[in-house]
Amino acid sequence: MAAKNYNIETENLNLWYGDFQALIDVNVKILAGEITSLIGPSGCGKSTLLRCFNRVNERYGNVTTKGKIQVLGKNIYDADVSLPELRKTVGMVFQRPNPLPISVYENILFGLRIHSPLRSLTRAESDAIVEEALTSVFLWDALKDKLKVRATSLQLEQQQKLCIARLLPLKPQIILMDEPCSALDAKGTLAVEELMSYLAGTYTFLIVTHNMAQARRVSSECIFMFLGELIEHRNTQALFETPHNSKTADYVQMRYA
Amino acid sequence: MFTETEIGKRNRWSENGMKIFFLVMTILMIVPLLLIIGYLFYRALPVLSFEFLFTNPKDNMRSGGLWAPFLGTIYLVVVSLLVSAPIGVFAAVYLNEYARENWFTRIVNLAVVNLAGVPSIVHALFGVGAFVLFAGLGESVLAASLTLAIMTLPVIIASTKEALNAVPMSFREACWNLGATRWQTIRRIVLPNSISGILTGVILQVSRAAGETAPIMFTGAVFYKAIAEGDVFAYNVLDQCMALSLHLFTISTQVPDVAEGIPYGTAIVLVGTVLLVNAAAIVLRVYLRTRKRW
Repeated sequence: MAAKNYNIETENLNLWYGDFQALIDVNVKILAGEITSLIGPSGCGKSTLLRCFNRVNERYGNVTTKGKIQVLGKNIYDADVSLPELRKTVGMVFQRPNPLPISVYENILFGLRIHSPLRSLTRAESDAIVEEALTSVFLWDALKDKLKVRATSLQLEQQQKLCIARLLPLKPQIILMDEPCSALDAKGTLAVEELMSYLAGTYTFLIVTHNMAQARRVSSECIFMFLGELIEHRNTQALFETPHNSKTADYVQMRYA
Repeated sequence: MFTETEIGKRNRWSENGMKIFFLVMTILMIVPLLLIIGYLFYRALPVLSFEFLFTNPKDNMRSGGLWAPFLGTIYLVVVSLLVSAPIGVFAAVYLNEYARENWFTRIVNLAVVNLAGVPSIVHALFGVGAFVLFAGLGESVLAASLTLAIMTLPVIIASTKEALNAVPMSFREACWNLGATRWQTIRRIVLPNSISGILTGVILQVSRAAGETAPIMFTGAVFYKAIAEGDVFAYNVLDQCMALSLHLFTISTQVPDVAEGIPYGTAIVLVGTVLLVNAAAIVLRVYLRTRKRW
């Protein structure tokens, strides 16, 4: 078997919110180009772990992190790491679609604009970027005549796809998703899942989900977390069918029985 | 089927009773306001004219117009807002967007809330001590304006914080996760979405600054001062000035035999100035909202 290529590796990662320890000695390796799902009961630290990987946790105040996190082989706590550059490479999609209250067009360009000098994008360039980003999330046909529409007025499914499209012009390598479908209906959920499968390979996906069926459908790797600890990390099918740990088995079967 | 029960009847009565009660309270709120403004207008009608606004008071303020106090009030309000609006708004941005919750921000927030409740006469004494005497500004437009600014600052901070707080957290999260700095987030998303609320808060302080008498009467406003009529630059900020609020107090209580309509006219001009500023703010808000590119 060839050596596996990991995009994210942590070593003894511990994290506290004030006095409360939310992550306990987490050691995890995320495979490049695959979709990895994070499952576990509410409050077990899934979202917290996710938010460690672009260090956005630090914006929420009173967070202490100990341990090592390597993203694309680089320790993200090194002094020479620029947070804006890290967050360009590691994008995030949220539970509730959160397009910015500006037009569809400007939403796609927002990331580029904040990372490039004023007025450095020509009209033709930005048009091309918007078209490319919207095409990769299958939104171009639906929205090409609505580019000036305020993004917050779109349907939820379109909003969520737009939130994914918004990351693409920054050429991210890893996309973190925090329950990206829990605000969507069945059709929207399927559409976003199809999109992820289509984009996997180009990007590494890490998705937090409460939906067992979804974890099984979309992910090739699956991580089960419980009370801040990583309990089991295996191939998705193996984890669901022959869980090694009894906690994993309880959780997986309770939801499936 | 579906006939009304005893409980249902009682509920219907209390429902109707309370609806009428709230309606009456609403009317009670509006009626005095309309009566006051209507009555002022009725009594002021004989003196209201362009000349009334653009000539100085004459004959020991028993006749003539309002030019000197009118312009004085405008100077005081404008200068005080030039000081308090930027400081207040930017301080609120710091407190709401940058500051972490710790003992320092808790003390600042507590101070803001409490300062907003300090009576204006206390601000006046502070102004005398700090600006007139200590800073050596003497009794002047500047000293009086700074005193008004100190008085309006905490309220501007509080109302701006409220407007910033109303911008959903998810917008900020979206920006941060695209690698935006806090300032880029504020500049591009937070401020454009809270500017109407911020302006409303600031503008409400205009009426307070224009109407207060206590903070200015020891710090820069005088009973009488003649200035060049029709010249909007007639005051120097280091000189004293007249003001509508103090002028109204003077001619109503200190000067005998003032012509009948003049106090009412003064009150109407004071109310009208404030209403005009409020109207200008509404226009500005509508303009800012349409100018946004979405």
